[in-house]
Amino acid sequence: MFLALRELRFARGRFTLMGIVIALIAVLVVLLSGLSSGLVNDGVSGLKAMPATAFAFDKGTITDNAFSRSLVDSQQLQMWKKAQGVDKAEPLGVSIVNGTTDVGKQVDLTLFGIEPAGFLEPSVSSGSTVGNDLGGIVVSETAKSEGIKLGSVVTLDRIGLKLTVVGFTEGQATFGHVDVAYLPIDTWRLIASNTARPGAPTAEQIASLEYRYSSVVAIQAPSRTDLAAVDATAGTMTMSHTEAFNASPGYEAETMTLTMIQVFLYAICALVVGAFFTVWTIQRKGDIAILRAVGSSRGYLLRDSMAQAAILLIGFTAIGVAVGVGFGALMPAAMPFDLEAGPIGLASILTITLGLIGAALAVIRISRIDPLTALGGQR
Amino acid sequence: MTTPTSTTTSALDIRDVTLELGDGDARIRALDNVSLTVLPGEFVAIVGPSGSGKSSLLAVAGALTKADSGTVHVHGTDLGRIRSNAAARFRLHTIGFVFQSGNLIPALTAGDQLRLAGRLAGNSSVDPAPLLDAVGMKHRLKHRPGQLSGGERQRVGIARALVNSPSLLLVDEPTAALDRARSHEVVQLLAVQARRANVAVVMVTHDHDVLGHCDRVLEMVDGTLSP
Ligand SMILES: Nc1ncnc2c1ncn2[C@@H]1O[C@H](COP(=O)(O)OP(=O)(O)OP(=O)(O)O)[C@@H](O)[C@H]1O
Ligand SMILES: [Mg+2]
Repeated sequence: MFLALRELRFARGRFTLMGIVIALIAVLVVLLSGLSSGLVNDGVSGLKAMPATAFAFDKGTITDNAFSRSLVDSQQLQMWKKAQGVDKAEPLGVSIVNGTTDVGKQVDLTLFGIEPAGFLEPSVSSGSTVGNDLGGIVVSETAKSEGIKLGSVVTLDRIGLKLTVVGFTEGQATFGHVDVAYLPIDTWRLIASNTARPGAPTAEQIASLEYRYSSVVAIQAPSRTDLAAVDATAGTMTMSHTEAFNASPGYEAETMTLTMIQVFLYAICALVVGAFFTVWTIQRKGDIAILRAVGSSRGYLLRDSMAQAAILLIGFTAIGVAVGVGFGALMPAAMPFDLEAGPIGLASILTITLGLIGAALAVIRISRIDPLTALGGQR
Repeated sequence: MTTPTSTTTSALDIRDVTLELGDGDARIRALDNVSLTVLPGEFVAIVGPSGSGKSSLLAVAGALTKADSGTVHVHGTDLGRIRSNAAARFRLHTIGFVFQSGNLIPALTAGDQLRLAGRLAGNSSVDPAPLLDAVGMKHRLKHRPGQLSGGERQRVGIARALVNSPSLLLVDEPTAALDRARSHEVVQLLAVQARRANVAVVMVTHDHDVLGHCDRVLEMVDGTLSP
């Protein structure tokens, strides 16, 4: 790296200019990664937190918004409960509602109707779990920013049903960019069947309820279980836990858009770095020819040049990531933006690796420079 | 005629070398049956018109190009029989090149030019001061080529060529960019170094003024060498 370091210092103007471009790309990469994590969390963190391995939808449900479109009956649920190799099968009701809090604030909630004390029961950070309190809801921790507190009463618009906040989930639980409210499946059925009456739900209302549906069946089963066979008999179609993300509102469109922008950014990074090192290599063609004539091996010069590219990329990517994380901290809370070490680390490694590939394609020219050109009269 | 024993003792021994360059119609005979023997410590100058094949002769002698026919020995090593990687290593340890002016690495100080040459040969503890002192450049140790005059650059170039103690120094038009006084200085320096370290020097030049410093002057015309 003897030559690499001295050239970096000597041509610091050019390298800094290139470095700034790399750093800006890294800033963008971090911001996109944060936005993408934020959107994913906003879109499906409620699903992500569920310990289900798969979800069974009614057969023929289209993928888009499948959770709120699907409707499975009690027969289908029973088949899943009795199916071989399926550890747990419980109903899950999903619907998005509008409501008003007791202080008059309008809120949107995704209702997750679950079996009380079932395996879908979320862990709570404060208050109690979804018990047998028919009008109790456990709300995503993020709803606190909307002014919702333990004991807050949310009245559903038009229906007039009153739900009381009894607990908060541990961490964010949102679905389709709306805070999740867990409630007993029977209360969910009351709402879904349009038989709810104003006021808190009562046991008599539940008792007279003939509606036995849920949106999907949440399943816990080892991976070797043949879910397709159960699907065939139950008339359902299953999606794995991660496949089901695409069935939540807007998820696929959002992630695809962001992924495409990221792919373009990585390609731009490789191209820009490659173009810079192509010009730089051509500029020092004469120097390389002299070093080759003097007796330097190709390997030494290639290693030295790649080390130079690596220093530039790693140094300025680190700066860019730091700036990006700094920007991220300044983002308004309402923006779906989450900085997560894993995706940022992966994004930085990708930026550096693709930059290095671009540099390698340029630097490889060094090995083709003929030392003969160093001699006078043959230039 | 040279005897086989003189092959091993001579620094450079070129025999009946032919070199063709270019392709098709553009193919020309750059070297035509050239023979040349240079002894250790001998300073040989080669003059001749432009395009006569002088640089080509240095390329063949310095293992940068292989002759099409004939043999080239440097201190007993047959350059026709070594591959390009081995040739690079051979150049590193046995041959020193001095090029036309401006052939220093712009990013490196005078001292670092010499240190890099040492490192390439696996010697990372080269002290450039004594060699730069020998060419009168010790006071410019920390200067980059851009901060040196043409003659100063050429002297640093000579010091760099000597770092790995070569036994053959190949010099291509070292005075092309220098005025008369500087030209004399540089060529005299080469002559002194040749004698002091017993290095064989082959210098190509257009400059007839400096030939007085040389032991022998040969003329190249259309690819053939004559005294
Ligand atoms: N790569 C090449 N391909 C084809 N022909 C070449 C090549 N290099 C040199 N030549 C030709 O070979 C001949 C000898 O070239 P060379 O460079 O050895 O001449 P020279 O005596 O060093 O000239 P000058 O004094 O101008 O440096 C010239 O006619 C030149 O045009
Ligand atoms: Mg020439």
